[in-house]
Amino acid sequence: MSLLEVDSVDVHYGDFQALWSVSLAVGAGHALAIIGANGAGKSTLLRTIAGALYPSSGSVLFEQRDISRLPAHARVKLGIAMVPEGRRLFPSLTVEENLKLGGFVRRAGPWSLARTYELLPLLGPLRHRSAHQLSGGEQQAVAIGRALMSNPRLLLLDELSLGLAPIVVQHLYEVIPDIMATGTAVLLVEQDIGRAMSAASYVHCLLEGRVTLEGGPAELDHTAVRAAYFGIRPR
Amino acid sequence: MVWVNAVLQGAMLGGLYALFACGLSLMFGVMRVVNLAHGDLSVLAAYGSVAIFDSFGWNPFVTLLVVVPGMALVGAVMQRLVLERSLRIGPLAPLLATFGLSIALENLLLQIFSPDPRILPIGSFGISSWQLTNQLSISWFALLTLGVAVVVLIGIEAFLKRTKTGQAMRATSDDPSTAELMGIDARWIYTVAAVIAMATVAVAGVFLGMRTTFTPSSGPDYLIFAFEAVVIGGIGSVRGTLVGGILLGIAQTVGAQINTADPVLAGDLFFLAVMVLRPRGLFRSSVLA
Repeated sequence: MSLLEVDSVDVHYGDFQALWSVSLAVGAGHALAIIGANGAGKSTLLRTIAGALYPSSGSVLFEQRDISRLPAHARVKLGIAMVPEGRRLFPSLTVEENLKLGGFVRRAGPWSLARTYELLPLLGPLRHRSAHQLSGGEQQAVAIGRALMSNPRLLLLDELSLGLAPIVVQHLYEVIPDIMATGTAVLLVEQDIGRAMSAASYVHCLLEGRVTLEGGPAELDHTAVRAAYFGIRPR
Repeated sequence: MVWVNAVLQGAMLGGLYALFACGLSLMFGVMRVVNLAHGDLSVLAAYGSVAIFDSFGWNPFVTLLVVVPGMALVGAVMQRLVLERSLRIGPLAPLLATFGLSIALENLLLQIFSPDPRILPIGSFGISSWQLTNQLSISWFALLTLGVAVVVLIGIEAFLKRTKTGQAMRATSDDPSTAELMGIDARWIYTVAAVIAMATVAVAGVFLGMRTTFTPSSGPDYLIFAFEAVVIGGIGSVRGTLVGGILLGIAQTVGAQINTADPVLAGDLFFLAVMVLRPRGLFRSSVLA
């Protein structure tokens, strides 16, 4: 039984259709990656699951419940948290205030301020810093901690690696197994295929709003992935 | 000594302006709405107090117990029925909507209360004062007004800094869509902001009514003072609004010493000078508190 089920979802921005009948499922404690080029609809899909966008048809089920029309703030209470693309920290709040705000809905669970600082030790010394004074990697760590503070059952990670040095990305990805160990499912969006393949146990590839390929990282062959990613027909 | 007196009186007058301006500053800071009906809403509060006084003979201070919650309710209704809907259309729509609200309120008050000037009577308290020296005395009422202003503004600042809802309000002011992703209902936050703003407007309106006479068309004058206080202090900064209001008050009373004919002109000139020299206000802040 899946924690999250996305069932033939179409999403429009006005007249433009960004997603075409996309389906996927994530089980508790599993990690699923969505790969694809710029504009493939990866962020749109994540934002539809988070509730920032509503599907024009199809449905989003969370723990068997149809949440397609539930506003974003209500989905956080059910246990869906998102690390948005570009971090989107609150600049007028300190690091600690940002983290506390992540716990705004007071869901019960393993993550507390102390546990978050334990997982992301670099944040401890920065706690009274204003969020806009941090480096990109530090900001991304705050964004992850902020999402964890709501004790999510499902964590949505939108382009963790965007604009960060490879070594920083490496450190950020190292915390994902610790997060999954608490039973939280992870749905991540990535442009970096290698990174996505090593972090997730199942991969969907999106191209122009459609799922073009899916499977476990081991069973997907390089040429097929490249074809699905760029839309090049295999010769 | 005349000048010391002018500064002192100005500071106390400015407390009232600050009290009046903080609601305007809060609404702009949280939801980027410039409420052009702000002045008329404070006059509405003053007439609310008049109506209670006329019917039941309550002391104007006691009427605050009814007027403040009443205006808070008006704030919630205005938010849900007018501002929220107009915000969906675009950033200019609330400006037009509140302008319309301003005209409607003014004419409604004119219908009910006639254009005759009114004042809220507070008896001998209004004229008793504290004699500091021979030439220097402070009106108890003015001192009370300043005290209330300081308490209200410090209260708002503490609310924004310390409470969970206050922090959520700052976050929503920064980025409403990301705040939604944290589980914050932006509609609720906006309603709370409108309620607080209208509660402070109610206090300001009743104190203005006790200080001086007012008519149904007094609102826009007060709106201008509130605007000036907010811009001098720096938009969105609560502390800046307090300082801005006090400086505006001082500019007006000192100006009155120089040229008795038009005290408001000095305040306007001071405002323009700040606009030219520090366009973002004395307390530079793009965000709340």
